[in-house]
Amino acid sequence: MDQTVKFYQTGTFTVGNRLLSEENRSVQANMQRTNSLNSGHRACQGCGEALGARYAIDAAMNASNNQLIAANATGCLEVFSTPYPETSWQIPWIHSLFGNTAAVATGIAAALKVKGRRDVRVVAQGGDGGTTDIGFGCLSGMFERNDDVLYICYDNEAYMNTGVQRSSATPPAARTATTMPVGPEPGNVFGQGKSVPLIAMAHGIPYVATATVADLRDLEAKVKHAMSLNGARYIHIFVPCPLGWGAASHDTIRLARLARESGLFPVFEAEFGEVKSVSKIRHRVPVEEYLKPQRRFAHLFGKNPAFETIARIQATADRNIRKFGLLEEAVS
Amino acid sequence: MMKKPFAITLDVGSSLANHTGSWRTERPVYLDRLPPCNNACPAGEDIQGWLFHAESGDYEQSWRSLVENNPLPAVMGRVCYHPCEGACNRGQIDSPVGINSVERFLGDEAIKRGWKFEPPAKQSGKQVLVVGAGPSGLSAAYQLARMGHKVTIHEAGPLSGGMMRFGIPKYRLPRDVLDAEVQRIVELGVTIKYDTKVTDILESMKTGKFDAAFLAVGAHIGKRTYIPAGDSAKILDAVSVLRSMEGEDQPMLGRRVIVYGGGNTALDVARTAKRLGATEAIIVYRRNRERMPAHDFEVEEALQEGVMIKWLSTIKQAGDSSIMVEKMALDDKGWPQPTGEFETLEADSVVLALGQDVDLSLLDAVPGLEIKDGVVQVSKNMMTSHAGIFAGGDMVPSERTVTVAIGHGKKAARNIDAWLRGASHEPAPKHEVAGFDKLNPWYYSDAPKTVRPVLDIIRRQSTFEEVVGGLDETNALYEARRCLSCGNCFECDNCYGVCPDNAVIKLGPGKRFEFNYDYCKGCGICVSECPCGAIKMVPEQI
Amino acid sequence: MLKQTEGSHAVAEAVALCRPDVICAYPISPQTHIVEGLGEMVKAGEVNNCEFINVESEFAAMSVAIGASAAGARSYTATASQGLLFMAEAVYNASGLGLPIVMTVANRAIGAPINIWNDHSDSMSMRDAGWIQLFAETNQEALDLHIQAFKLGEELSLPVMVCMDGFILTHAYERVDVPTQAQVDAFLPPYEPRQVLDPSEPVSIGAMVGPEAFTEVRYLAHAKQMQALELIPQIAAEFKQTFGRDSGGLVRPYRIEDAETVVVALGSLLGTIKDTVDRLRDEGHKIGVLGINSFRPFPIPDIRDALEKTQRIVVVEKCFAVGIGGIVSRDVRMALRNRPQPVSTVVAGLGGRAVTVASLRKMLLDAAADKLEPLTFLDLDWSIVNKQLERDRQKRRSGPIAEAVLRDIGVIAAKMV
Repeated sequence: MDQTVKFYQTGTFTVGNRLLSEENRSVQANMQRTNSLNSGHRACQGCGEALGARYAIDAAMNASNNQLIAANATGCLEVFSTPYPETSWQIPWIHSLFGNTAAVATGIAAALKVKGRRDVRVVAQGGDGGTTDIGFGCLSGMFERNDDVLYICYDNEAYMNTGVQRSSATPPAARTATTMPVGPEPGNVFGQGKSVPLIAMAHGIPYVATATVADLRDLEAKVKHAMSLNGARYIHIFVPCPLGWGAASHDTIRLARLARESGLFPVFEAEFGEVKSVSKIRHRVPVEEYLKPQRRFAHLFGKNPAFETIARIQATADRNIRKFGLLEEAVS
Repeated sequence: MMKKPFAITLDVGSSLANHTGSWRTERPVYLDRLPPCNNACPAGEDIQGWLFHAESGDYEQSWRSLVENNPLPAVMGRVCYHPCEGACNRGQIDSPVGINSVERFLGDEAIKRGWKFEPPAKQSGKQVLVVGAGPSGLSAAYQLARMGHKVTIHEAGPLSGGMMRFGIPKYRLPRDVLDAEVQRIVELGVTIKYDTKVTDILESMKTGKFDAAFLAVGAHIGKRTYIPAGDSAKILDAVSVLRSMEGEDQPMLGRRVIVYGGGNTALDVARTAKRLGATEAIIVYRRNRERMPAHDFEVEEALQEGVMIKWLSTIKQAGDSSIMVEKMALDDKGWPQPTGEFETLEADSVVLALGQDVDLSLLDAVPGLEIKDGVVQVSKNMMTSHAGIFAGGDMVPSERTVTVAIGHGKKAARNIDAWLRGASHEPAPKHEVAGFDKLNPWYYSDAPKTVRPVLDIIRRQSTFEEVVGGLDETNALYEARRCLSCGNCFECDNCYGVCPDNAVIKLGPGKRFEFNYDYCKGCGICVSECPCGAIKMVPEQI
Repeated sequence: MLKQTEGSHAVAEAVALCRPDVICAYPISPQTHIVEGLGEMVKAGEVNNCEFINVESEFAAMSVAIGASAAGARSYTATASQGLLFMAEAVYNASGLGLPIVMTVANRAIGAPINIWNDHSDSMSMRDAGWIQLFAETNQEALDLHIQAFKLGEELSLPVMVCMDGFILTHAYERVDVPTQAQVDAFLPPYEPRQVLDPSEPVSIGAMVGPEAFTEVRYLAHAKQMQALELIPQIAAEFKQTFGRDSGGLVRPYRIEDAETVVVALGSLLGTIKDTVDRLRDEGHKIGVLGINSFRPFPIPDIRDALEKTQRIVVVEKCFAVGIGGIVSRDVRMALRNRPQPVSTVVAGLGGRAVTVASLRKMLLDAAADKLEPLTFLDLDWSIVNKQLERDRQKRRSGPIAEAVLRDIGVIAAKMV
């Protein structure tokens, strides 16, 4: 990670800062940023994935001197960016299938290696469905072979493109089209799901990181670092979905921030299977603050709040905080 | 060129043909909201505006921005009671920005570096008489001179500054600072005629061929109250005491000094007495600390210096070496009521600090003026009921502070200028205030206010050295950068970064941003994530 | 150079001579020696500048090939049977994206019941996937077709499946003529992709296409295969010029000049059929053979021409569509629309069952006598079938069919040919 630049007016949290030297500014602050995902895409208002993708790919473009090729899984990002006859991508980009993106990227990397194009780098990207579920086999294969691919998962915690169905990244209690808030255990059940970042770490690959759209500088630093390495790398970016979560379109970044500040989404990075750094919680919030603005959790509140369920979610947050040490020496 | 397969392979950037702006039901617009500090400043300073330049270390530009509204920053950086800081939104995060200390730093920096005012581009040929070289008069003279008018100040006394010199002790405002800032106004082309008391304003205007006049004679007559006293009892008034501090003979107050009153002047006198060698300086005030009009920080500094305060007491009688006070009790409405309990205090002198009156004799010959409660009534454009004669400062109804006086001077100058051109000055409509609820405070790091170095207590009790020190450049910069820039874009790039549709165009340093409504879908993230509340959503006209 | 070698290895050598850039290998489901041979050659440095990638599934194998091909690499993989089905989605995708991947399909049956032996069910399941499908009759032809396949696919920007019978060809040691590198280089130019992922000329490949253009995209895929009908004979002719051998092409007639009965078939079965036909000819029966080398595109004009004068057609195929019958024969009937000749379907050799000269001879004599049913299962053991059908009639839960059948015939393992 880059050295933290402390700057008091807006600290290190805003996108840019007119008072910082050029080299310390974020990629997104640059007037010449590539806008790899260009205007005119058909993502919903306030789409976290569109934002996360531009953040990540612009950073990767910057780090690779614009020598970048991307493979993209089927999903929102693919559908809203490339409906015939228009594409929003400014970079060489391929969409093959839902479940094979990591393998397609492996193929691209192999082709570049054979052609001696070591300067051209490969990114694979997909949503949580394409990553944690249907694409998981290919992803694990790519990790295991340590192929020279940076895989970026944009996690919005369900299959949004097809009408909000549960994925293995859907959190407990969340309402989706396949986990309706009915019956004795409304919403998604507890005790299921998986953490692909931790599974990625178990492959012993050079770099695994999590990030959110609420902390651009952290995200960019992680992409930049990942791009400086070779081999299989994985970045899992938390991208709120106004449509699927039933949240206001202007709350996208706020929700990502609350997920982090509540401890529900731990932000960390790991090298060769070992956690190397953790983004500390700055102003801790109870999970209710994160859950309440989302209609997918509406059944937990209202006239008869599901205190016990909320307490179980809080326990998950508390466990994360303990496990990753999210509270020590708060940073500013 | 490749022969691309039909439909499945597309040329990059082609989505620009898809104008997603048509989805919008609300549009974001940039706006400048009024920062609470600016809103609270009686001198109408654009505080956020000059802090913006100070943040980047461009102190000269910052100072130039500041003096647009106030020609005396080094003075104000010392004596202003800074209502701006009370209103500062940062107070709700950690502590308010030390605006006053940065102002002082800029003022001192300007003196140190010899920065001068820009002369006016051209002369109007009009002559304006300003009566009184106090803060209000100096402010008006400065503003009028910058507008190209020929200004002459008639000052009754031998020195400039008015109450800044005769009412504020040296330990709060060193005289070299005041002199330097007045001198800069003189260098702009303002003439000050000392020892020139105006006795008949109409006559003076006629003689001097003045086209308009601004009266700012201040309030210099100490108010008295009836205290039964023995012949040898020494009873003085606060204004005279403080004024005599400027002369060669320091006032003889004795070792036990009683000050009667609860305003800032009472504290100034008590603290002055302490410095003059009094072993006891006791303020007698009829109400309690919560109801005392003096600023709390001054009370605190006075108490630290050993000044004592007799709360809930009135002086009933004064003898040659003692006074009798009666204890008071507050009624339901907070007014003091006598209790019939008495106490005797030893006293070599009693100083009355009960407020001041205005000497309005220069207006005696002006027909039709409205005088009420001892002050001249003026319209909202600061003009008396006599055309061409304006008035401000302590001689018109208002709060009597240096900052208010400077504000009056500026406001009067703008109206005089308009009047001279046969026009009327319409102040720009005030923007809505950028309250804390308009901000996204997440983006501001925790940065508590720099504590200004405070002169150690022994030196404060015995000398007239300045009590509160200035900031050095490092902490002035730090302090300036604590500004949240409420309601005004400070180019943090957040809107430019957080837009999922790249619908914000960055125009470059100093030029801020523009929305590209061809693609803006109206999600409102830019509004939510703008740290300073400089964007709002408005309904789309459909 | 003439060599006595295993079919798989002959193919591996041919692929290596084509200078592949990326080879993706999933070894099982079921396995052939092709990728093993290539893996060894790459590791030993006999194939220069080639990435050999051991992937975790056939789906990944085809996906890696897709990525590599889109990035401009000559890409190859091999599979069969279940494996081909597991990669099915990617198989369609490769052709949809127009990527000239070459894939060997070592034809085998599809379970359940699980069976590792030869028939054509796997390739036939992908006949509509948009790939060119070439069938090899011999190991020599298999070798030759791979060299032609790269040229053909890259010319058209279409993937090519080279189908060769599993075990019967892949595991058979035969004499083959392995060309020299110089010969192959002269015949096969370096890969110049029609579209490529390249930062200096970025494009988006794989757009979502809606109803407004999808039909056109599909028609263009068809038109491309129609172009292949011209290109395949052309490349076969070029091949003959360079290598001096007849290999490939669309169809291959054998003794059909005056034939009253023509047998149509694909793959290695043609050898046995030709032997049978030779004997029947010796006996005076006017009978001939038409081998189909290119099953996709299906050479309708060539088949129509070749079968113009015959009186009847018998299609012998190693696959069938459950619920209707023959697969190849339906296409042949399509080619012969408006013609009076009957087209009989004979399903033979499923799951590795040996197709013997004797059985063929009996069937063809029946055909010549117009006694053949429209749909015949060669060597079907009716006693077993009837027994099971009877059991089913009597008892609702009669147990698993496959095991019941094995019990009936009294063997534990099926006989392998």
